[in-house]
Amino acid sequence: MAKVEDRALAPAASLNDDIGEETRLRMYRLQVEIREAEQRAFDLFLQNLVKGTSHLSLGQEAVAAGCAAAMKPGDLSFCTYRGHAHTLARGVPIEKVLGELMQRDNGLMRGKGGSMHLTSTDHGVMGSYAIIGAHLPIACGAAWRAQYKGAKDVSVCFFGDGTTNIGAFHEALNFAAVWKLPVIFVCENNLYMEYTPIGDVTAVAHPAADRAASYGLPSIVIDGNDADVVYRTARDAYEKARAGGGPSLIECMTYRYSGHSRADPAKYRPEGELEKWKERDPIKIYRERLRQFGIKDDIIVGIETEVKRQVDDATEKCKAAPPPALDILTTDVYADGGFAWRN
Amino acid sequence: MAELTYRDAVARGIAQEMARDPDVVFLGEDIGKAGGVFKATVGLYEQFGPLRVRDTPISEQAILGAAMGAAMTGLKPIAEIMFSDFFAVCFDYIANEFSKSRYMSNGQVKCPLVVRTGNGGGARFGAQHSQSVENWCMMIPGLKVVAPSSPRDVIGLMAAAVRDPDPVIFLEHKSLYPTKGEVPDGEIVDKLGTASIMRPGRDATIIALAMMVPRALAAADKLKAEHGIDCEVIDVRSLVPLDTRTILGSVARTHRLFTVEENPRLCGWGAEIVSIVADEAFYDLDGPPVRITTPHMPLPAADILEDLALPSTDRIVDRVKRAMES
Repeated sequence: MAKVEDRALAPAASLNDDIGEETRLRMYRLQVEIREAEQRAFDLFLQNLVKGTSHLSLGQEAVAAGCAAAMKPGDLSFCTYRGHAHTLARGVPIEKVLGELMQRDNGLMRGKGGSMHLTSTDHGVMGSYAIIGAHLPIACGAAWRAQYKGAKDVSVCFFGDGTTNIGAFHEALNFAAVWKLPVIFVCENNLYMEYTPIGDVTAVAHPAADRAASYGLPSIVIDGNDADVVYRTARDAYEKARAGGGPSLIECMTYRYSGHSRADPAKYRPEGELEKWKERDPIKIYRERLRQFGIKDDIIVGIETEVKRQVDDATEKCKAAPPPALDILTTDVYADGGFAWRN
Repeated sequence: MAELTYRDAVARGIAQEMARDPDVVFLGEDIGKAGGVFKATVGLYEQFGPLRVRDTPISEQAILGAAMGAAMTGLKPIAEIMFSDFFAVCFDYIANEFSKSRYMSNGQVKCPLVVRTGNGGGARFGAQHSQSVENWCMMIPGLKVVAPSSPRDVIGLMAAAVRDPDPVIFLEHKSLYPTKGEVPDGEIVDKLGTASIMRPGRDATIIALAMMVPRALAAADKLKAEHGIDCEVIDVRSLVPLDTRTILGSVARTHRLFTVEENPRLCGWGAEIVSIVADEAFYDLDGPPVRITTPHMPLPAADILEDLALPSTDRIVDRVKRAMES
């Protein structure tokens, strides 16, 4: 069985260690931005301004922030339907994400994709995939292109613990290992596959890491609520991949505060579990970390205030934005821009 | 001009495109060192090397997923799924992923890829290695679907498929691999969405695809020689885009419509063509359109049973003759 690696550094005298002040402040900002935007998405649901479904990453912010902060421009992200966090983490404007959730013309895909398919290729967000496991092989293909072209970008593929029991996961892991592809598989183990505890339906304790050996990969389980731990692990994996060392599989232990989707009140949780995890809230942990490094409270509060204002501004812009123009209904089915299938 | 088998035309078509464009790569099971289980890709590994012609594990989802990821980031992959029946184990990519990503992303994601596969019956392989699955693909918005019937079309449509900016399903017919045809020298580039009138005729239009094309042509010869019925035979070649102009033009001249489909009857492509003709050329028709298909059943392995199931030249002759006489 895999062991949780303790990679959090003891508080150091200097903020400028291997991560540094700038990156730490960025990771804090990203986590706060994801928290605030996701909470706003939830609130807008209750007002019936976000329609359809939505899968929030409240409580899982550190994985998105740490992995994105360790990326370089040109690196590619492949997300699941629980992809708002990873999309925001790559710098996609809050307004574009909320606009898509609210089905407005200012949305990332002008309302054609919705919450589960956030895509911004300009930011390296190569799509959010709503069929479990589908994007693991797709990320392999993007990594194959990098390998073939001699490019140095890496493809980073995020998925939940439930994905580890579908065939595409195993096909992709083997494929990536055999071809030595520069792809990083990041499992967000939030303990539940939809409504069922992952342990009830999985033959091993760590659904991703305990399978790594099957593909000749090291078993890595980390504290997914500590952005520093996530950052360092991701950075090392990216460097290995860029150097031709092949794929990595990282299992991040974390917890989602909300249900699986908007329809799920998460009544299946044992009493006290949520509260226990909230004691290890990623933003709380990171605020303390910044303080340990001597960052003044006014800087921390300044970030929080600014992000809240940005989310408020984005919300107002989205509320004022028109619905999608009707003439986009049939555009971009085919490369000629339309949907014609006959002459 | 040289005589080439349909099988060798596959390798020549792929080689033509790989030589032209270094972004064209090829992946699949046993396609490289082994030259393909149907020997349709012999020589490509030697000519283009292991970086461009890559053998994969038996992982159809990984094959199509990787092709998609490579396509959306700049390559032009050709992926082989050995038998089209295996589409069922990687159908997510065909039905949900590369067909829909352009639309869902509002045009951001592009998937210029080709999935080539061995389709169709006649090889006595039984129900899981003999199906004609063109309808599975035709029903999905965002895909293009072609099925060549001759070596020349294999090369020309392969080139058109590789150069097309949309995902193309390229259905090769297993029983046509050993057949031969004249192929011009030099580069051949065809056009998707164009049907071919293989044989002009005045009395009836017979529309066929892939292995049904030579059978329809043989039936037309017999109908003319033995019954004086002069049939026009059209090879659809491309189900999406569909060349309805050629079909409607022919029906306007002959006033009778027959489709010859290898697929099981329900939701076959012929039903779509009959529907279009009924909508748009109803008053051109002198009689009800007739669909000649495999019955709605799995294919058997035994030769005499499979031959009974698939539309044969004699069945086409009989069905056309009866309809024209009634």
